[in-house]
Amino acid sequence: MKMTIRSLMGACALTALAAPVMAETLTIATVNNGDMIRMQKMTAPFTEANPDIELEWVTLEENILRERVTTDIATNGGQYDVLTIGTYEVPIWAKQEWLVPLNDLPAEYDTDDLLPPVRQALSVDDTLYAVPFYAESAMVMYRTDLAEAAGVTISESPTWTEIKAAAEAMTDKSKEQYGICLRGKPGWGENMAFLTAMANSYGARWFDPEWKPQFDSAEWNATLTDYLDMMTNYGPPGASSNGFNENLSLFQQGKCGIWIDATVAASFVTDPTSSTVAENVGFAQFPNKEGVDNHGNWLWAWSLAIPASSDAPDAAKKFVAWATSKDYTAQVAEAEGWRAAPPGTRTSLYENADYQAAAPFAAMTLTAIEGANTQKSSVQDIPYTGGQFVAIPEFQGIGTAVGQQFSAALAGQMSAADALTAAQANTTREMARAGYPK
Amino acid sequence: MARAVSQNTKIGYTIAAWLVALLIFFPILYAIITSLKTEQEAIAGFDLIPSFTLESYREVQSQYNYFRPFMNSVIIAIGSTVLALIVAVPAAWAMAFAPTKRTKDILMWMLSTKMMPAVAVLVPIYLIFLKTGLMDTRIGLVIVLMLMNLPIVVWMLYTYFREIPGEILEAARMDGATLGQEIVHVLTPMAVPGIASTLLLNVILAWNEAFWTIQLTTTNAAPLSAFIASFSSPQGLFWAKLSAASVMAIAPILIMGWFSQKQLVRGLTFGAVK
Amino acid sequence: MATRQTQSLARLMRAPAIILLLIWMIVPLAMTLYYSFLNYNLLNPASTSWAGWFNYQYFYTDPAFFEAIWNTLILVLGVLCITVVGGILIALLIDKPIFGQGIVRILVISPFFVMPPVAALIWKNMIMHPSYGVLADVAKFFGLQPVDWFAQFPLFSIIVIVAWQWLPFATLILLTSLQSLDGEQMEAAEMDGASALSRFFYLTLPHMARAITVVILIQTIFLLGVYAEILVTTNGGPGNASTNLTYLIYRAARLNFDIGGAAAGGIIAVILANFVAIFLMRAVGKNLD
Repeated sequence: MKMTIRSLMGACALTALAAPVMAETLTIATVNNGDMIRMQKMTAPFTEANPDIELEWVTLEENILRERVTTDIATNGGQYDVLTIGTYEVPIWAKQEWLVPLNDLPAEYDTDDLLPPVRQALSVDDTLYAVPFYAESAMVMYRTDLAEAAGVTISESPTWTEIKAAAEAMTDKSKEQYGICLRGKPGWGENMAFLTAMANSYGARWFDPEWKPQFDSAEWNATLTDYLDMMTNYGPPGASSNGFNENLSLFQQGKCGIWIDATVAASFVTDPTSSTVAENVGFAQFPNKEGVDNHGNWLWAWSLAIPASSDAPDAAKKFVAWATSKDYTAQVAEAEGWRAAPPGTRTSLYENADYQAAAPFAAMTLTAIEGANTQKSSVQDIPYTGGQFVAIPEFQGIGTAVGQQFSAALAGQMSAADALTAAQANTTREMARAGYPK
Repeated sequence: MARAVSQNTKIGYTIAAWLVALLIFFPILYAIITSLKTEQEAIAGFDLIPSFTLESYREVQSQYNYFRPFMNSVIIAIGSTVLALIVAVPAAWAMAFAPTKRTKDILMWMLSTKMMPAVAVLVPIYLIFLKTGLMDTRIGLVIVLMLMNLPIVVWMLYTYFREIPGEILEAARMDGATLGQEIVHVLTPMAVPGIASTLLLNVILAWNEAFWTIQLTTTNAAPLSAFIASFSSPQGLFWAKLSAASVMAIAPILIMGWFSQKQLVRGLTFGAVK
Repeated sequence: MATRQTQSLARLMRAPAIILLLIWMIVPLAMTLYYSFLNYNLLNPASTSWAGWFNYQYFYTDPAFFEAIWNTLILVLGVLCITVVGGILIALLIDKPIFGQGIVRILVISPFFVMPPVAALIWKNMIMHPSYGVLADVAKFFGLQPVDWFAQFPLFSIIVIVAWQWLPFATLILLTSLQSLDGEQMEAAEMDGASALSRFFYLTLPHMARAITVVILIQTIFLLGVYAEILVTTNGGPGNASTNLTYLIYRAARLNFDIGGAAAGGIIAVILANFVAIFLMRAVGKNLD
């Protein structure tokens, strides 16, 4: 990046008065998921409108991207001009003043159109630090045909008891038909995203206001016990290595009765070109335990942010505003149909009749996102923000270590009680190291 | 074995050897087959006959232009190896022909530097790269990989050079050859095979290096290891595409390895096995 | 005169390599050593402070630490066992007169050219996957329940993948050694009525001793640093069942962004690696003369 500019400056100096516009190169770091890859292919309107801006892409697998980008931003490296980061990183990095504030986006961007919970998750003290490319919450997806055949119904807002009963009724292992598919693959963004949301809906919390870990609580015990119980009895084999992708495949191939996961999955499972069950998918709100008014509070948004170390912040702002604009959504809709529009970010999308008609999951997705409270994710008092994660820098490490224990429990290598004890010990240790309570 | 072997025995051995070879090669073969399947076929269960579609390759190419990382891999792998040879040849030469008491210790120390876990020194190296402007440059990676493989290069060359009999040198000296003549006319021809195999092994090691090459590059210098990192585990299971990218990443080095197998045998053994 | 001239010339020729490696080793090592005494988290650089021995104590008291060392040993020894024994058997087989020896040899050495992350991806998704892997298909064909390799036998699965990558290397070296075996001696032994087994143990094996040493030495250096295969497949789990020392450091550095802790782990690993190196050099270095 720097080299390019320097050599360009050299070239300009040589041609003396020549160059009227000086091209700027934006280095954009993205994850390799479908929506981002599609965006790379659809940048023509932007580059035509901005001939002086060149786009360079660095596409990496999520974890490698996170490592790479974190190292760069923490060392003030300046290798990137636009970063693709999630709702986890934004508040933490914003507090370090690593991100450029985005309060001055042009009026036609219509910041007020962003869904309030998403906007809030990307803001610190009412200052926006990243713009959402697409956002997701979590919900129940289930096979209406299997439910009917088994004689069970799932209400719009089910309880865990209801889910468990339905999973039991839909299970027929002889036909490789499993009542429930949930994440089991260890990782803070894999099984712990689900389990943290589930724990929230059981009334559990990660830490008490003094930052003391709470895995020794009755709520966590109930969460993990029920999770293991459901997965062992009605889940697919090898569940401890299933993440989002694996469950998506299983569901698309008709092997799952119920799948509780990110709302973006809805557009994949209802896509007749890749899903064998596209016609028979029903949706419901993320379950809760009886008497606990909490539906998990899962909220994630892949967002575009500009590092403070970027040497082309103005060009970068133009780009992030374009990529998350209403125009881009319309462009995708025109090219690939409304169902493929990046979901979860704008009110206007959910008010669009074309979108509502094309996306049967739109209403439930909106309910889930609007219902997600990332500022207070547990019914008990908590010192942290974040929904299916805890927005502190240490969470990646702690969440993954705890996820390992719970995954081992799912694999049958330890009991729920042992896993919770290990999680409690590990988290206590890490929190002491990090110097909490701060 | 000089004795004639009965045809039946030979057929028996042949079948056994081919079975073992195919078993070992199977994962690679299956990746190649999968890369020629459609995505639906790829997860549909075991099937050795793909539909021979090139769709996955086309998609991979449209998402990430293969040519740039490929060229970067070639330049970085060859550049770092050549640079390492330039530094290592004189050193190994000196150690082989004018050893001191400490030569062996130095050699062992060199090898032990290879045991330092790369990730522990990432931040220092990252900062150095930022300060010196080496970040995301091919020359930066050439230097890092050169240093990384230098111990192995010195070792290999040392053992090769030691195989060159000292008497030949003495004979040349008797004939009044100068040191320069000695090197150019006597030693170099004898050392060429050793240098060639060292070159080969190190190109492979540098090509397959996947830590520094990802951590120290963004766009300009990113080689095939970064190329593959942009295809692993995206949203959904795209195994045909992943296989296609894998095949594209390993094919050049695989083909090169096949063609240079003989030198490799020599090179891999540090010349210790004659 | 000539000798002294040669000696000083030799010193001059050696110097660049040694100086470069010294810099390469000492500069990062010194910086790592310095960091290992700091409370330094990449995500919170503002609160960096002097930590004394705390990072070491913390790393050492990690419940995963001893498990990781144990796993490292199992991993290295397991892979060495498979590759050496497997390598000898395959080398013996390929050395026999067979049709298409060249092609067989090419097929056998191929895994060595595959990048570690690619190898891990292939094994994880296409071979060992409990639903879509070839091994699962095989199990289903025989009416068995597919094995979930990475959950049930995590370390073993890693060993298999790594061994697959290094088996060609061992085979190749052992094969070369085998081919230089004196045929006449072998024949004489056969004439004397020595059985195939005793011929192998009294002639072939001693002849290959040096090659086996080379295999062990080189592989150990690379096997101590295995992490990509673990990262791609099991992430060190379930629990810590497949976490080795390098991966533990990787986790501290890249997941926790704990530079101080990772640096301390790095220093510990360097010390342990040097123990292994010294031990190896003492044990096998003589064979290499």
